[in-house]
Amino acid sequence: MAEITLEDIIKPENLVYEKTRLMTDKELSYCPGCGHGTAHRITMEVIDELGLEENTIGVAPVGCSVLAYEFMNIDMTQAAHGRAPAVATGIKRVWPDKIVFTYQGDGDLAAIGTGETIHACNRGEKIVIIFINNGIYGMTGGQMAPTTLPGMKSSTSPYGRDVETMGNPLKITELVAQLPGTYFVTRQAVHTPAAVRKAKKAIRKAFENQRDNKPGVSFVEIVSNCNSGWKMTPIDANNWMVDNMFPFYPMGDIKVDGVMVK
Amino acid sequence: MGELKLMKGNEAMAEAAIRAGADAYFGYPITPQSEVIEYLMAEKPFERTGMVVLQAESEVAAINMVYGAGGSGKRVMTSSSSPGVSLKQEGLSYIAGSEIPCLYANVVRGGPGLGTIQPSQADYFQSVKGGGHGDYKQIVLAPASVQEMADFVKLGFDLAFKYRIAVLILSDGVIGQMMEKVELFDQVPRMTDAEIKEKYPWATTGKAKGTERRIITSLDLDSLKMEKHNHHLQAKYKLITENEVRFELIGCEDAEYVFVAYGSSARIAQKSMQLARKKGIKVGLLRLITLFPFPTKQIQTLCDQGIKGFLAVEMSAGQMVEDVQLSVNGRAKVAHYGRFGGIVHSPEEVELALEQILIGG
Amino acid sequence: MTEEIIIAGFGGQGVLSMGKILAYSGIMHDQEVSWMPSYGPEMRGGTANVTVILSDERISSPVLTVFDTAIILNQQSMDKFEKSVRPGGILIYDPNGITHHPSRKDINIYQIEGAQVAAEMGNTKIFNMVILGAYMKLKPIVQLEYVIKGLKKSLPERYHKLIPLNEDAINMGMKHIKPYYLMN
Repeated sequence: MAEITLEDIIKPENLVYEKTRLMTDKELSYCPGCGHGTAHRITMEVIDELGLEENTIGVAPVGCSVLAYEFMNIDMTQAAHGRAPAVATGIKRVWPDKIVFTYQGDGDLAAIGTGETIHACNRGEKIVIIFINNGIYGMTGGQMAPTTLPGMKSSTSPYGRDVETMGNPLKITELVAQLPGTYFVTRQAVHTPAAVRKAKKAIRKAFENQRDNKPGVSFVEIVSNCNSGWKMTPIDANNWMVDNMFPFYPMGDIKVDGVMVK
Repeated sequence: MGELKLMKGNEAMAEAAIRAGADAYFGYPITPQSEVIEYLMAEKPFERTGMVVLQAESEVAAINMVYGAGGSGKRVMTSSSSPGVSLKQEGLSYIAGSEIPCLYANVVRGGPGLGTIQPSQADYFQSVKGGGHGDYKQIVLAPASVQEMADFVKLGFDLAFKYRIAVLILSDGVIGQMMEKVELFDQVPRMTDAEIKEKYPWATTGKAKGTERRIITSLDLDSLKMEKHNHHLQAKYKLITENEVRFELIGCEDAEYVFVAYGSSARIAQKSMQLARKKGIKVGLLRLITLFPFPTKQIQTLCDQGIKGFLAVEMSAGQMVEDVQLSVNGRAKVAHYGRFGGIVHSPEEVELALEQILIGG
Repeated sequence: MTEEIIIAGFGGQGVLSMGKILAYSGIMHDQEVSWMPSYGPEMRGGTANVTVILSDERISSPVLTVFDTAIILNQQSMDKFEKSVRPGGILIYDPNGITHHPSRKDINIYQIEGAQVAAEMGNTKIFNMVILGAYMKLKPIVQLEYVIKGLKKSLPERYHKLIPLNEDAINMGMKHIKPYYLMN
């Protein structure tokens, strides 16, 4: 039997996975097991597949994904903490034919930037908001976030979130779905191949909405993990997320084509 | 000759924004400058030139809309008054770091805090010493008439794009609220998208296939790179200091004393100068037009000329006077006079201060 | 030639618009002008005042504490501005509602029954034009021709039909102004 060489294997017909074209070669700064990398990848795949590379301007937040512009190989603007929806509004209003999206975490979008989020959604800005909710401030070292679950431990709620004194977690996605300015609101995850496929489909729909000039914000929440901040192994973190985060933040579409479905 | 109109300073600035070919105004109402957005909304520039006007949900959102739109190469402006401008400082620091060209106006009112809605010049430090965090400067233009409220919009946009910097029109309640005759310049067409892409290759306008992407950011976690970026910013500020100082000398040829003032205080001091000259006091006026860059060299020239003393006249407890002192560097007497907290000093008070604080003090 | 005027009264008396007409007429006359109002909460029903300067030269301070002419339309303004008239200057006031009449002996003082004249003419809104007429009688620096031009320039087209009424009011003001105290 003839020996099989690498050349025999590396052939287009054997290709099962390739590097996302619109991701840079820069090594991801995210912890192994974190969902950000996957969320980045499917976002850039969608932009590539829809042929929107030349027309898209992304807005990066402050938080773990502050360096999103290092990885996403398109024109990007880095915004001050929480201000991404205002920055995106500014760009979209003066370049109405461009595709503009923000990529934000929970602290950025649902705490310090709540005003910008609510008002961009309420004005019905024709932008995409991708919201990564892992219930914690990852970048600064695991502090309590607006979406931290009741009883959940963080470095600023070391005995667990006490809702009496620290307030309740904010379901901002359900909140923005109530606003007439949102057109598509959905909650997804990226912890299994099936979930990734569904999340990518949702992101594709969000970008298609903007491409087709649909009225209002397309808002995609991705419930994700933070194994470092939660102090768990990646697998444990995903299991904990399924058992604890998903019941509180249920998966699925909330508003589709401007109509509430949940 | 352009169109002659009787307008408030705030209205003239708004009209000038449309005529200067601005692409957008993002703002939030606050006295005494709400006329700017009111005028723009009534005037419907979106029909005249395609200019966008949007009332933001907050001062913070407004400056960040400016950040986004300016970073994509468009000519954008905002305006506010002191408490609102304090809120904008975060965005302005990011604008400085990311080198975003933009124009904004502060129609200053008395502070601190909510203060008063009456005129003041107590935001000088905030305007010329940074305001937000980090080592940065912005070009500060100080209009002293309704005409300059209009003209400085055009000048401001030009300087903003020449240097990729924020330009501040530092006005106050007097200049914003008063009406004067103004000759409006003709409509400048808005730049086309193609022109913007060609002229501003740094702007985020969408990355063409096979080209380098553009990133607008103020962040670099590598401190050596950040130091290099800071050196670049400082070199730019030095260039601006060398090239963009603007001022006006009135009656300084034979002067023994000089008022140093800007904006409404310069107008008042000019009257004080007339009053003093009637009494035989040889006093002139150095009217600052740019506050950054500061006319240090001009003040030194006046020292060479043998000026005995400078009276800094400003509606504050004494802010600009520090820059006058640094420029004079001990070569002549420097004193300050000003009412503040919303009180506008009278020409008579200023004249008396010249006699009692500078000459007699 | 420079004329520095303060007009002061209640909000709603047309103080600011009277100043604006003066300023406009100055522009029509090729003069430099400035119009500096009191602004803020005072505008809403309280006192309102405006400083108007007309000059053949570049105007220095738009903010003044001494005036060539004070036009005073309520008691609060009388209390505040009687002392602000330059010695030898002019004070014009409507005695309606005035309890403490001006007492200075180093200025010329005139009365105009503006409210009454306007009421007799059947339109209280032209009150400020009656006052303006009274002022113009004393200070020919502002000529009727330029005021009419200024009105045309400042009023929207749909109000131009009211210009003859305003002109009548100015003439009535010119007719009814009377000295209250004159220096020798």
